[in-house]
Order: sequence, then C-alpha cells, then structure tokens
Amino acid sequence: MTEFFQSLGMSYEWAWFVATLAGILLIALPVMLAVAYIIYFDRKVIAAISLRRGPNVVGPFGLLQSFADGLKVFLQETIIPSGANKGLFLLAPIITFTVALLAWAVIPFGAEAVLANINVGLLYVLAISSLGVYGVVIAGWASNSKYPFFSAMRAAAQMISYEVSIGFVLVCVVIYAGTFNLNGIIEAQRGHGFGFVNAYGFNLLLFPMWVVFFISSLAETARAPFDLTEAESELVAGYQTEYSSMSFALFWLGEYANILLMCALNAILFWGGWLPPFEWEPLYMVPGIIWLFLKMFLTFFLFSWIWATVPRYRYDQLMRLGWKIFLPLSLLFVVMVSGWIMYTRVGL
Amino acid sequence: MQVFAFYLFAAIVIASGAFTILSRNPVHSVLWLILAFFNAAGLMVLVGAEFIAMLLVIVYVGAVAVLFLFVVMMLDIDFAELRAGFAKNLPLGVALALVFLAELVFGIGAWQAGGLDMAESGVSPGREGVSNIQAVGELLYSRYVFLFEAAGVILLVAMVGAILLTHRQRLGVRPQNVARQVSRRPEEAVRNTNPETGKGVSL
Repeated sequence: MTEFFQSLGMSYEWAWFVATLAGILLIALPVMLAVAYIIYFDRKVIAAISLRRGPNVVGPFGLLQSFADGLKVFLQETIIPSGANKGLFLLAPIITFTVALLAWAVIPFGAEAVLANINVGLLYVLAISSLGVYGVVIAGWASNSKYPFFSAMRAAAQMISYEVSIGFVLVCVVIYAGTFNLNGIIEAQRGHGFGFVNAYGFNLLLFPMWVVFFISSLAETARAPFDLTEAESELVAGYQTEYSSMSFALFWLGEYANILLMCALNAILFWGGWLPPFEWEPLYMVPGIIWLFLKMFLTFFLFSWIWATVPRYRYDQLMRLGWKIFLPLSLLFVVMVSGWIMYTRVGL
Repeated sequence: MQVFAFYLFAAIVIASGAFTILSRNPVHSVLWLILAFFNAAGLMVLVGAEFIAMLLVIVYVGAVAVLFLFVVMMLDIDFAELRAGFAKNLPLGVALALVFLAELVFGIGAWQAGGLDMAESGVSPGREGVSNIQAVGELLYSRYVFLFEAAGVILLVAMVGAILLTHRQRLGVRPQNVARQVSRRPEEAVRNTNPETGKGVSL
C-alpha cells in the first residue's frame, strides 16, 4: 500500500505513515463491525438451541439489534463508585479494548494482506493475549468492591493456568511449521495431508492438540463453560459489576474481539488460514479472506454451541483440567511431535 | 523515526521506573513496573532483538507481574509502618546505590579508556538472513547447552524445594475424588421413599 500512496506524490516516510494508518483502520473497523454481527449471531444460535426466537425486533430479522444496544449504552450515564480508584477504574476497560485490537496487527488475511508480517508473529500474539488479563485484574481491584475483586483473582489464576498449555500447543505447531511467522505457518500447511488437504487439524499428532487449544481458548477468553469470572450466580457480574455505559461496552467489545481473535488463531494454526481446504484449482477462485472468515465462523459456531449446551465448571475443576490434564498432555505431545519430526525429517 | 522512538521508550522506562519507587500505593508501583517492562521490550525491538522483546513481555509482563499484582493486591498495607521502615533502611539503600554507581562509573570509565574490546569477546553482529530465534537457538543448544540444561535443573530443584516446604499431608480431610464424582449415577445417589407422617427417613 505504501507504493500506492507514493504514486500520489508523497515522500516515502509520509506514504508509509499514511499506509500504516489506513491499514490499521482497514482492520480495526471491520473487526468492530464483525463483533457487532458476531454478537447477534451468538444470541441467535443460543436462542435457537434453547427454542427461543432471539433478537428479531430491531431491523429485518433483528439484524440491527447490536447497534441499538450500542446506542443505548452510549446514551447512558457513566457511574463511578465513590470508593473506586478513579484513574484505574476508567483505564481498565480501555486496556481490555486496546489489547483486544492490538493482536490483529499480525493476523494474515491473505498472502499479502497482513499489516505487520513479523517473524515472531505467534510470539507477539501470545505476548499481547497475556496482557488481556490486566484489564480484568485492574477493573476488579479499582472497583473497590468484593465481587469484582473475587472475579479479578479468578481471572488472573485462570488465564495464567491456560496460557501454559496454550504455549505448549503452539510449540507443537511451530515445530511442524518451522517458523513463528503466521504466514509461514499457513504456507507450511499447504498440501500437508497426502499433498491434498491444507490443514494441520487432520494430522493425528496435531488433532488432539487442536482439541486442547480449542478448550484452552474457551478458558482464555472466559467463555462458557469457563466463564467463572462473570459467574452471575456467584459473583453478580464479576469484574463488570460496577461498570456502566461506555466503560461497560468497551469490556463487552473487547471480550468479543478477543473471541474472534481466538477463532482466527484456531483457523490459522490448525485449519489452514486463508488457504482453501483442499488443493484443487477451482477452490482458489474464492478469495483467501473468505476461506479465513468461513473457518473463523465455524469455530465461533462451536463456541456458541458449547455456551448453549455445557453447564459452567466449578473453579477447582477448571484448575484441575488446566494443570493436571492439559499441561501433562500437551507436554507429552511436544515430546512426541518433536520425536516424530526428528525421525521423519532427520532420521535416526 | 528510530531516534524519536528510542527517546520515547527510554523516557517512559525511566519515568515509570521512578514512579515505581515513588508511588505510595504498592499496586500503583506494580503497574508502573509493568509499564517499564513493556517499554523495555520496545527498546529491545529497536535494537533488533525482537525475540528477547517478546519473551520479556510474555514472561515478565504476562506471568511474573501478574503474580506480583496478585500478591500485592491482597496485602493489607499500613502506610505509617511503611514510612518508619523507610527511615530505618535508608542507610543500607544509600550504600547499595553508591556501590551500583561506583560499578557503573568504573565500568563505563574502563570502556571509555579503551581497556575493553567488546567486539572480540563474543559479541558479534547478527548474520544476514538468519532470524533472531534461529541464532539464539543455534547458540543455546550448541555452545551453551550445558549452562542451559543446568539452568533448567536449578529451576526444577527450586520448584521441588518450594513444593516440599509448603506441602503438608493433613489427616482427617476428605479430598475430592473427581473420577468418583463424575461416574456417580442417579440410581446410586437418589432414593425414592414414602415415609409415614412423623417418622422421617433414616440416612
């Protein structure tokens, strides 16, 4: 895009600056739009599973429901509790929202369509997603209220626990792909299965890792059945209890942007990202971004399906699953995957 | 552009470092510390060590600082006591600061005087076409493999030690048996009875 702006008669520095800015807007605005519709989709799926209609009043089929909700919270009053730590109280939702958007910088939407094609892309995503917990923790502490504080403690322990197993799963994928660059990982999946299937997910060694990664990403984004941080029967609304108006909406948007990001990571790391599912020429007629969105969409459907089906975990069960099952399992698979790679690519 | 970014990051690191020790509230201190870590990672990116930068964020900001915050948030802090401690520990602190200052002055002085040749003592510029991760990995698993493994063993021993010190076998508690909980069926857990009035049920 820099060349395009240079052709308009800008110097290289300015063209780079404007191109980067345009790239950021081109990613951030569609992500926000996608969040609005993914919330609508989420509510529709959950409604359908529990035999309700879901949002159907605002606009045709209720399509404008998310925007009506957005407008509603925008017009509400921002309430700051008198005992709250004012600066941090307002900073927390901003951190959540910003961090949720930051990681999109390295997500590839096509062979060329990536804002920052850095060679530590996966580590960058991991680093940024580990920052997400601060929004929740700061919100819980700054609210100066019991339930948000409990929620913050839960969130901190939960996210650290599941990041460990996510890290090991990523190590497996990286060992297979031989690179940390997200585009490189997608390219490495081209023709991975019998020279025909473009996905790591069908690999027998990596499929269990996808299951671990998928469940861990539910826990990492605090989605049901792991939404212990906002368990309404125990903690009112968790860390969001004292929030209202736009500060609440920022949490909400950030949470769904994070979920979308995790869906994108599922698609990129295990299901071939913007590659079509099979090496077959006519499938390449469809632009890569459509394939990526389709894969993200299917993953998100799984997220909604699980929300509507599975009851919430108890906290000790959550910790047990993370530390006693996923951690040893993913560690075992790191050893097995590296052993297999050593055997097939290097020899005994 | 790079110069501007360097001064921005460096200024934020120094300012947040200062606020870390100046702020009254320990939670604020930890948050300033996190900002300092984050901007230090930015400085690492500027010198081309993007792998170290990402590790700094993942390990320190993502894990260590969260645990710091976790502990500090649960502290019950008495500010008057903290201030009394400040006066008591001031001489020790000043002495330590002087030692560090002297070391810095001697170190930089020796380097300025030309006594050290940095280039030949193993610090070499990055090779063309080899990414950061690859270079670190090649060095870590060949030349420094024993040091690397030793570091791992030391961490393992520390972990085992910590668990051994805090773990105690308590008698008389009934730990959960998750397998039993999961395999429990309604038939063995529920009993339908029809007790007579005033008799009740014996469990």
